[in-house]
Amino acid sequence: MSRTVLEKIWDDHVLARRGEDEYLLYVDRHLTHEVTSPIAFEGLRARGRRVRRPDLTFALMDHNVPTVDRALSVRDEHSREQMRALARNAMEFSITLFDYFSPWQGIVHVVGPELGLTLPGITIVCGDSHTSTHGALGALAFGIGTSEGEHVFATQTVWLRKPRQMEVVLEGRFQGYATPKDAILYVIRELGTGGMIGHATEFRGEAVKSVGVEERMTLCNMAIEGGARTAIVEPDDKVYRYLEGAPYAPSGEDWEEAKRYWDTLKTDGGARFDRSYRLNVSKLEPQITWGTNPAMCIGVSESVPDPKEVEDQTQRRMVERALSYMGLKPGQRIEGTPIDAVFIGSCTNARLSDLVMVARLVKGRKVSPDVRAMIVPGSMLVKRRAERMGLHRIFMESGFEWRNSGCSMCIAMNEDRLGPGERGVLTSNRNFENRAGPGSRVHLASPLTAAASALEGKIADPRNFDLVSLDELELEWVSPWVERNILEPLRGG
Amino acid sequence: MPEPVRRVFGKAAPLEMDDVDTDQIIPAQFLKVLTRKGLGKYLFYRWRYDENGRPREGFILDRPEFRDSVILVAGRNFGIGSSRENAVWALMDFGIKCVIASSFGDIFYGNSVKNGLLCIRLDDETVRRLRVEASKGNLTLDIDVESEMIRLPSGEVLRFRLEPNVKSWLLEGLDEIEATFRDHGEKIREYEAKMKSFKIPRRAVLPTE
Repeated sequence: MSRTVLEKIWDDHVLARRGEDEYLLYVDRHLTHEVTSPIAFEGLRARGRRVRRPDLTFALMDHNVPTVDRALSVRDEHSREQMRALARNAMEFSITLFDYFSPWQGIVHVVGPELGLTLPGITIVCGDSHTSTHGALGALAFGIGTSEGEHVFATQTVWLRKPRQMEVVLEGRFQGYATPKDAILYVIRELGTGGMIGHATEFRGEAVKSVGVEERMTLCNMAIEGGARTAIVEPDDKVYRYLEGAPYAPSGEDWEEAKRYWDTLKTDGGARFDRSYRLNVSKLEPQITWGTNPAMCIGVSESVPDPKEVEDQTQRRMVERALSYMGLKPGQRIEGTPIDAVFIGSCTNARLSDLVMVARLVKGRKVSPDVRAMIVPGSMLVKRRAERMGLHRIFMESGFEWRNSGCSMCIAMNEDRLGPGERGVLTSNRNFENRAGPGSRVHLASPLTAAASALEGKIADPRNFDLVSLDELELEWVSPWVERNILEPLRGG
Repeated sequence: MPEPVRRVFGKAAPLEMDDVDTDQIIPAQFLKVLTRKGLGKYLFYRWRYDENGRPREGFILDRPEFRDSVILVAGRNFGIGSSRENAVWALMDFGIKCVIASSFGDIFYGNSVKNGLLCIRLDDETVRRLRVEASKGNLTLDIDVESEMIRLPSGEVLRFRLEPNVKSWLLEGLDEIEATFRDHGEKIREYEAKMKSFKIPRRAVLPTE
């Protein structure tokens, strides 16, 4: 029988079924961080339970961590306590920990793939909704709650409802200034924040195949904002190349055997999806959110809605409320709106390929004096790789702050935040009320749109700026890994 | 391990909003906790308090007639967004025992079940009608989990549906970890015995950067 890639991995991990559609799945990898884990560990301790497979469990610190100099102490007492609790728990339960000071520290959804903890065909869970990101490598990955996390610690299994399946087919090729971030924002705009509830979304089509693994992560990451339970992309040679030589990836005979298995993880020709959505990305324009959820989104050259034109009463009230919260006038153009800050970071858009794109737009140009602009690399490894290439010099000469890694302004649990009423263009994934700090006004966009806005000091169309070529970046050191996995896909390879 | 939930009886409060995300239910700054207790005071914090922590006027659950509500009637897509289980703990600590909506965020729904917060899905129109009734300030609902029925003061009965395993979970409040081991421990061991070695991370060596 024809099966999708998701069904193949699902079937390989199902141990049991209960009720109508709940299945017990074995968990090959459990990633955990300081915020959603302490109460799960507490639960284990209270009943004298251990972590069943510490060798399949990895902990790191990302949500709370300051992004300033690591030699400085963590000033926020509550953040420090959660970080210390994770360190104690990791030691007590014999789990590998990448702590605040580790050179491998970073955002969990950036670190997993780059260390080879994320592999095609494995099941991954993490107490974080954006765990779907790992699906870009062909893993079956689910964000879970704290009680579920405790269950995984103790049993290495998780009870899941089998999601219905949806395909989002991205046809054509990304041209110039439209990026996968713009595509996923557009999909959510069309389908709504609940449009994919109960579904696992497989991203398919030429546009998905033609981009690099990191760009696919942006798609899978944000599928959650459309309500999807998870997202996945068929693994291919690009994924293998991305993982080859990574510290925890299999090697030697294991690597060959793994690849033979991964080659079978394709969606069969006759496989059926419950739903299908198609989009040709060739003519897509850069997208930006205007409101307080990711579906409240328009093209950067468009105008925000006018509540008078919204028929449904609840929807109209929500539009009114969102415009008022965001300090925007009904029907106004979004381009040209003055901003206070730009944040390039988060598990959505803070990988090396994102930073290269930003460098191509900002090289030799200056950030507006009215704007605080910061770049927070997705991991310390991303940071080191960028520095070897000399990207940090391009950013700092333009006037960007060059920070250490963490979730930062995307969730504002550390000091990086917008003040009340401040407006920022962020490359992250959520623009909910107060998300980047009390009273913060967040516009979600691609790294290119964020960078262009930083230069102009207002919401800007990146198409106003010529991109310098990769050669003109005059990169200082390009490792073979970077050449193959980052630069080649950007050259359209 | 949650207490069994057999019946929810009490006042309903309307929340006339779609897409209520878990960031609104409890903001990220209150996730820096090491215990699940006492989170009720942070429920819908930004809607109830201003930037200086002073109470805002008029949020529905702070109005005298709704302060003792145990049922929340929301709209579509309640609990979307972040996986934070703190959203469920905050609702329960505040005294909410049941949320009625036309759809729920998947992770929120799962978290609710694990903690014994009853989440009921009804169609859009019924949810809207309940919200209108509730907004009058004296809608008391009598919800029976076993028979999957909501009794209104008028005597009208609304039927809802829970998946059988969700229902038995609510009614029994079992220790899931123990149950998984008891019923499926052998299967877990079998899987582990057959697990391919390429799936198991080796001790890391210096990477190629």
